[in-house]
Amino acid sequence: MSTLGFCNLGVSYDGVPAVVDFNDILYSGEWLCLIGPNGAGKSSVLRAAAGLVSYSGSVAIDQNEIPATSARWRARHIAYVPQSPVIPTDMIVHDYVLLGRNPYIKHFASESQNDRDVVERVLHRLDLTSFTKRPLGTLSGGEVQRLVIARALAQEAPVLFLDEPTSALDIGHQQQALELVDGLRREQGLTVVSAMHDLTLAGMYADRLVLMHQGRRVAEGTAQHVLRSETLAEFYGVTARVHHEPDGTVVVIPQRTPLL
Amino acid sequence: MSALRTSDVSARGTDHQFWWFALSGVLLVCMVLVGLMIGPAGPTWWRIPLELLNRLPLISVESGVSASDWNIVWQIRAPRVVLAVIVGSTLSISGASYQGVFRNPLVDPYLLGVAAGAGLGATVVFSLQSGESSTWFIDPLPLIAFGGALVAVLVTYLVGTAFGANRSTTTLVLAGVAVTSLATAIQAFILQRNTDVVRQVYSWILGRLSSATWGDVRLVLPYVIASTVVLLLHRRLLDVMRVGDDEALALGVNVRRVRLVVVLAATLGTASVVAVSGLIGFVGIIVPHAVRLLAGASYRRVLPLSVLLGAAFLVAADIPSRVLANPAETPIGVVTAFFGAPFFLLLLRTRQTSQ
Repeated sequence: MSTLGFCNLGVSYDGVPAVVDFNDILYSGEWLCLIGPNGAGKSSVLRAAAGLVSYSGSVAIDQNEIPATSARWRARHIAYVPQSPVIPTDMIVHDYVLLGRNPYIKHFASESQNDRDVVERVLHRLDLTSFTKRPLGTLSGGEVQRLVIARALAQEAPVLFLDEPTSALDIGHQQQALELVDGLRREQGLTVVSAMHDLTLAGMYADRLVLMHQGRRVAEGTAQHVLRSETLAEFYGVTARVHHEPDGTVVVIPQRTPLL
Repeated sequence: MSALRTSDVSARGTDHQFWWFALSGVLLVCMVLVGLMIGPAGPTWWRIPLELLNRLPLISVESGVSASDWNIVWQIRAPRVVLAVIVGSTLSISGASYQGVFRNPLVDPYLLGVAAGAGLGATVVFSLQSGESSTWFIDPLPLIAFGGALVAVLVTYLVGTAFGANRSTTTLVLAGVAVTSLATAIQAFILQRNTDVVRQVYSWILGRLSSATWGDVRLVLPYVIASTVVLLLHRRLLDVMRVGDDEALALGVNVRRVRLVVVLAATLGTASVVAVSGLIGFVGIIVPHAVRLLAGASYRRVLPLSVLLGAAFLVAADIPSRVLANPAETPIGVVTAFFGAPFFLLLLRTRQTSQ
């Protein structure tokens, strides 16, 4: 639906740079995955573009620069799924998804019929209809993850940010969540940017990987190109074997240092 | 409201929402009537509803209430009941709103120094007045207490946001703690040097509605109405803020501005009622929680229901405060805690076992 551009994006915390001159352009419907060791600046890129931390440079959607002052405008264009969302345990599923409609509801007004219809559709699409009236505290980790994605979809934003979407999930739910996002971007043309630690999964789902190290981009391209043992050794300090499956999947297998 | 009533898709509570409002409204009306009927002097209790009916236009009922008896009801009991309605509803909705913007259920409306500031103001007034006969043109107590409360919160806010990190509320709360200690220390120092006013200050701190007049009501009404309207307008945004500052911001809420406006409105309301009624504790923290336990945690229900039930609770608490130690008054702060705490524990227990 929309292109997303980063121009000289820079973030620093108390003068210490966390992201330096991040540039990129994503075409509509592309999935870009940011990888890199802890503290490389992956989350900072997402949090800056989502308006949660101040930044230098600019972020543009369809070549319109996001105005720094309007949280509502931003929320209509970028939906952000945080790494560990705050879950009010006594809120019910329907009301939680309805929060995603906030950027469209006037400050002191109530939601419209259209807002409720959007929520119905999203709940239906993500198979959450039977949960509608359940309090959030009674849901499992996988259900919560789906719910947070549902809230993001209710924002009807063309761009979706996912910060470590799978870190709290078991292998089955990891696959489910990522397949869901992949299906949604194919159906709706969502442009997706995710930050991920699991390199194999990152390579499987993203169109393009960007490897970050100390706030800078150090490698970019397809999984075959970026995920190489020497690159991983240099930036992650890890000894890993990279295995190429016949179907093109790149599998990263960490190696133990042999005991002498 | 029509949107609320028609939305049968949304969830537990919404179906019962109308009934919660109706029930709370009826309870409040009953409490107000009882509050008007009970008192040490004045007409027999059952004559009062008749006289009230009589005073409605187009209705004429023989109630047998004499003019002087009616004076007792209208000039002494009525302002007291109305003030209890105002104070109870304001403390409750302010407490609920503070709990919302600070996302902390243990917060009460006195968090940022309102109580200590008003207490210091009152102490100063009592000390200055002691000895000399009152020669003031107007009663300075509510004005100085109100001013003290606002100044204390202002200092808290300035210090808290000046030193605080970007959007952290912890610094603000800590600044509130510091300002409260400072004001209390100064208050203690002044009291130490004017021991003759300790009793007056102490009774003010425990709260009182006994000296209520229509003048008090007129004094606080504009502030209280403004504060309540602003807070009620923010009820949906407070629900969005339940997911935390970051996510609320990502959902398009200007978190800092909402927090500032809500804190200002709640402080204005609290400071004005504290100025006329002293420090009535317990209401601002317990009523919102009781509402949550009964009707669910959404601020769209918690705020308006807190207004109704907070008012009903304080009117009810004022009744034993008049009759328990007749002819003396039991401080209302004592009554709210003495009857409120066990009631709340009971509610907590029954709710926990039923879930």
